[in-house]
Amino acid sequence: MKAHAQRLVAARLGLALLTLLIVSMVVFGITGLLPGDAAQQALGQAATPEQVAALRHQFGLDQPAVTRYLQWLLHVVTGNFGTSLSNNLPVSELISTRLPNSLVLAGLTALVSVPIALFIGILSAMYRGSLVDRVLNVLTLSTVAVPEFLVATIAVLIFAVKLRWLPALSYLSDVSSFGALVRTYAMPVMTLCCVIVAQMARMTRAAVLDQLNASYVEMAVLKGASPMRVVLRHVLPNTIGPIANAVALSLSYLFGGVVIVESIFNYPGLASLMVDAVTNRDMPLVQGCVMVFCAAYLALVLIADLAQIVSNPRLRQR
Amino acid sequence: MNRNVTSHATTVLYDQPPADAPQEQAPVVVRRGLMSRLVNRFSVLGLIGLFIVVFWLVIAFVGPVVAPYKGGAFTSTEVFGSYSAAHLLGTDYLGRDMLSRILYGTQYTVGLALAATVAASVIGTFFGLVAAVSGRWVDEVLSRLFDALISIPSKILALVVIAAFGSSIPMLMMVAALAYIPGAFRISRSLAVNIMTLEYVQVAKARGEKLFYIARVEVLPNMIHPMLADFGLRFVFIVLLLSGLSFLGLGVQPPNADWGSLVRENIGGLAEGAPAVLMPAVAIATLTVGVNLLIDSLRRHGARSHGGGQ
Repeated sequence: MKAHAQRLVAARLGLALLTLLIVSMVVFGITGLLPGDAAQQALGQAATPEQVAALRHQFGLDQPAVTRYLQWLLHVVTGNFGTSLSNNLPVSELISTRLPNSLVLAGLTALVSVPIALFIGILSAMYRGSLVDRVLNVLTLSTVAVPEFLVATIAVLIFAVKLRWLPALSYLSDVSSFGALVRTYAMPVMTLCCVIVAQMARMTRAAVLDQLNASYVEMAVLKGASPMRVVLRHVLPNTIGPIANAVALSLSYLFGGVVIVESIFNYPGLASLMVDAVTNRDMPLVQGCVMVFCAAYLALVLIADLAQIVSNPRLRQR
Repeated sequence: MNRNVTSHATTVLYDQPPADAPQEQAPVVVRRGLMSRLVNRFSVLGLIGLFIVVFWLVIAFVGPVVAPYKGGAFTSTEVFGSYSAAHLLGTDYLGRDMLSRILYGTQYTVGLALAATVAASVIGTFFGLVAAVSGRWVDEVLSRLFDALISIPSKILALVVIAAFGSSIPMLMMVAALAYIPGAFRISRSLAVNIMTLEYVQVAKARGEKLFYIARVEVLPNMIHPMLADFGLRFVFIVLLLSGLSFLGLGVQPPNADWGSLVRENIGGLAEGAPAVLMPAVAIATLTVGVNLLIDSLRRHGARSHGGGQ
C-alpha cells in the first residue's frame, strides 16, 4: 500500500507551501510595512503634504496593510514582482537573466563538493578515533569557522596574483571552451566548496557513525563481512535519508555563501543582484530576490524530505 | 534522554571527590591539581581554544587602551606598509597602524557578536520554553512561525532588514539576533519538550505547580548545559555573519571598523600581499576556530562522561 507514503508526501508539500506563505508575510512586513512611508522617503523632507498624499495614492499606500499584502501576493504568485526602482526594468526580467548564472555556479559546486564530502565523511567514520579521523576533524572544524572572504582572498592571492594561473574576476563572456569554463569557475567554486565540504563531511560522518553503532552492523562484522562491504552494502543504504538531509542543509548554506563569493569575483548571479539592490534600497527587487532564494531553499529541504521517505522501505510499503 | 540525565548526575558525583581531596593538602598541590584537572578537562586543542577566546575577550575590553597609536591617527606616509618595528602588522590604505586598527575593531566584532548572541539565545530560549510548557496550539503556532523564519537564510534575512532600515550598530545587533533566534528556539524547544516528559515534571504538575514555576525551576536549569555549547556555535555564526556584512559594506560603517570592514577597506592591497588585508581576516579566523575548538573539546568531554563518546 503506497497510500501512507503518498499522504506523507502531500503533507510535506502542504507544509512547504504554508512556510512559503509565512515567509512572504515576514518579507512583506519587513520591507513593505515597517520602514515607514515610502512616499515621504522618495520625495524627501521638503515635499508638501499634498505631493506626499498624491504619491501615496499612486503607490497605493493609502490602502490598508492587508489589502496591500494580498495585492502584492497575487502579483508575486503570477510572477509579477513589480518594477525595479533603480532602472525601471521589470524585476522578473532582471531575476530571470541572473538566475541561470547562479544555478550553474550552485550546480557546479554541488557536483564537486558532494562526492568529496561523502568520501571524507565515510572515511573518517570508518576509521573513527584514528589519526586520519582526528586530522580530518580539526581540518573540517577550522574550515567551517573560516569566513568565505578569507578563503576567497587567499585563493586570489595565490592563484591570481602569485601564480597567475587564474583570472581574479569571473567574466562569463569568454566562456567558449572547456578550459575557459574551468578557468572562469575554478575560484568561485573552490571557495564555495571549502565551506560546504567541511560542513557536509561532518554531518555525513555523524550519520554513518550513528548506523555503525547499530546491532545489525555488529552482526555483519561477526558474519565476517569486510569493513568495505559492511559500509557500502549494509550501512550506506540506511544513511541515505540523513545524508540527503545533510547535503540539502549544506547546499542551502550556499545561499549565504554565494552572497560573498559573487561579490568578490564580480560574478553576475542572483546574490550580487540582491546585494546591489540592498545597497540602492531597491525594495521590489529585494523582495523578488528573497522570495526566489527562500523558494529554492524550501525546494531543497523538500527534496531531502522526499528522499528520506522514498529511501525508507518501511514508509514505502506499509 | 531519561537515562542521559541520570547518568549525568552520577558522573558529577564521581567527578567531585578528586577535586575536593587535594584541597585539604598544601596549596602548591592544590594548584597542580587544578592544572591537571584543567588539562584533563580539555584536550590540548581545547586549551588552545580557551586561551584564544579569553585573549580576544580581554582585547575587546582593553583594546583601545593597549593600542600603540590612538584613534585613527595617520602615523605613516607608507601605504600598505609591510611588517616593521614601528608598525608590527604594517599600515593600511591611509597609512594608519594596522595593529591599532585591529585592536580598536575587536570591540565591534567581539562585542557586537556577543551582545547579539546573548539576545538571540535569551529570546529563543524564552519562546522555546513557552512553546514546550504551554498547550498544543501555542506550540504549533510558534513552531510554524520559527520554521518559516529558519527557511530564510540568515545572510539573506540580514540583507532584507538592512535594505529596509539601513545599517547602524543597534540595527546590526538586532539583525544578527533576529537571524539566530529561530535556531535557539528550535534547540531549546526540543530540549524542553524532552524534559517535560520526565517524572519530576509530572510530579510537579501533580503537585499543582504553575506553568511559570515548572518552566523556571524544573525545566530551565536542566537545559543550561547543552544550551551553552550551542551558544558558542551561535556566536561563531554571528561573528561570520556580521563580518560578512561588513565585508559587503553593509555592516559597521566608517569611520568605525570591525574586522570585516578592515578587510574591505584594504582589499586594494591584496595584489601586493599587504598584511593590512590578511591580518583582520586572520583575526576573525583565529577567533572562530578558537571558539570551535573549545566547544568541540567540551562536547567530547561531555560525551565521555556520559559513558558514550564517538
